[in-house]
Amino acid sequence: MVDSLPAHAPAPAPAHARHRRGTIERTLASVSDVMERSLYAEELAHRPGLLQGLDPRAKLVSLIALLVAVALSHSLLVIAMLYLFALGLAWRSSLPIETFTTRVWLFLPFFTGILVLPALFLTPGPVFISLTPGIAITRTGVQSAAFLLLRVSTSVSLATLLVLTSAWNDLLKALSFLRIPDTIILVLGMTYRYIHLLLITADDMFLSRKSRVVGHLSNAAERRMVGASAGVLLEKSLQLSGEVYLAMQSRGFRGYSHRATAIPMQRRDWLGLTVALGATAVAIWLGR
Amino acid sequence: MLYSPASMHIPDGYLSPLTSLVMLILVLPFWAAGARHLRQRSAARSVPLIALMAAFSFVIMMFNVPLPGGTSGHAVGGALAAILLGPEVASVAVSIALVIQAIFFGDGGILNIGANCFNMAVVLPYVAYGIYWLAAANTPITSRRRVVGAALGGWAGLTVAAFFAAVEFGIQPVLFHTAGGTPLYAPYPLSVAIPAMVIPHLLIASVVEGALTALVVLYLQHANRGILQAPLAAEAPAEAVSFRRLRLLWVGLIVLVIATPLGLLAPGTAWGEWGSQQLATMGLGFVPHGLVQLESLWGAPMAGYDLPALGNASLGYVLSAVAGIILVAVVAWLFSKLLSSGHQEQHG
Repeated sequence: MVDSLPAHAPAPAPAHARHRRGTIERTLASVSDVMERSLYAEELAHRPGLLQGLDPRAKLVSLIALLVAVALSHSLLVIAMLYLFALGLAWRSSLPIETFTTRVWLFLPFFTGILVLPALFLTPGPVFISLTPGIAITRTGVQSAAFLLLRVSTSVSLATLLVLTSAWNDLLKALSFLRIPDTIILVLGMTYRYIHLLLITADDMFLSRKSRVVGHLSNAAERRMVGASAGVLLEKSLQLSGEVYLAMQSRGFRGYSHRATAIPMQRRDWLGLTVALGATAVAIWLGR
Repeated sequence: MLYSPASMHIPDGYLSPLTSLVMLILVLPFWAAGARHLRQRSAARSVPLIALMAAFSFVIMMFNVPLPGGTSGHAVGGALAAILLGPEVASVAVSIALVIQAIFFGDGGILNIGANCFNMAVVLPYVAYGIYWLAAANTPITSRRRVVGAALGGWAGLTVAAFFAAVEFGIQPVLFHTAGGTPLYAPYPLSVAIPAMVIPHLLIASVVEGALTALVVLYLQHANRGILQAPLAAEAPAEAVSFRRLRLLWVGLIVLVIATPLGLLAPGTAWGEWGSQQLATMGLGFVPHGLVQLESLWGAPMAGYDLPALGNASLGYVLSAVAGIILVAVVAWLFSKLLSSGHQEQHG
């Protein structure tokens, strides 16, 4: 109920007007959607641009600082300025601005927008617009809705900037900068890789089932199929984890990992980090 | 929301940074418990296991589960993970899936990773496992009670998780607003947030969670019984069972502590707990003399479960609950020490 679409999500597949999409089609759509987004993000991350050229450590720390500034601000103007800052960064990073903005502002009203609508009337405060006797939009309601909408859209935009301008393995390296233990980073990296393998496996399973279905499956049959597919995927995952363990052991893995020596940050990375932290400090001070 | 339209990934902006920080701190002991549990096995073996289980948790969120009547939705998979891996390991696996969603896919807030993990990777698996354990302990692998326990566990687990998310939303307008009273984050008080979150969840999303959990357990009963055996069999030693029971009790206590500010919603005073001033206004016509005398004997340090110095009634409630639990735990511990030392002396 409270979720918002990331700005770079591709458009949902158009539903057939007459034919109700069944479980198989919907699951296939979700799976291919994630894979598509992942590939799209990787492609954008390798384009030349301002943020793509920055060290992922500098980007990650800057992003978290800016997110904190957005979250702490008591001023709508300051959050709006931070949104414009994010927009500027997207433009300088050759991200498709139209997708970047329309996705946030088209999808946001469907989730957060519907959620905040009653708050316009329910939040106690001085009357802003009186609709009928007894029903009025309050000034505090409008401000409160504006805070939520602006804060969520700016936060989503900032997170999207990070996702779209960093290759996933660079982001992993950046996490070690935050003193996250190496084993956790190893697990995160493995998980990310195997998510894709399991997505492909799930895609194959549902596609092969779809190719054998003529007509419509009953609701109960669809449910049984989902349970069986999830069960098979689980069995495959467990079997794979055993195989991966043996493969790792055969290569000398003993339960801990070593990180390669980090490449020092360049002058431009420090400059980027300083600008972001400076902007954060100013935003926190102005928005206090 | 892209992956699981019925679930509750909280994006950044809904909770104050302080709430996000507190939620992150609350989730840390559960991650530590999961890490400790994994360390008991071979560390080398647990790395690929946890990675694959986290990947499985991620992918299972994409499965569309049809319900009778034409509705369908996506499950979180936390209940299933808890039944298959035990709640400690499930907590870590689902958390990793949620972290990857937030950081690599921009889904769910980055600052709210702690809150999302607490709701979906701690509350959901622990509650679901507790119910499954109650229903399925000492039953054969193929027992119907396991399927029913899995369904109930998934259903109740996600409903309780939704309740927690609602409490996190509901305390925002009370705690964080401008001087003019404008809520800065989620705008609805507990009295609106709780029904708005809990009722749709218990009617649809939690049913989906329960259905998926039960369907997979049913499938495994026929296809791969060994997988179902593992977590419950691991509890065989009596000491481990009692420890787990005790731990569930602590989890329950934490749940209750966090929920204590709900008491602020209730108008009036509990029946029979009136003070002398309230008694005078209740049509009794007089206040018993003895009551007035005895009332002044003891001034409670946290009267009305509040600490006026904090300036915040909800925080006062939570702190009162924590102080009360610590006090009772210390007294119980001293009492048990006293009894056991007496027992040893008798034997010695």
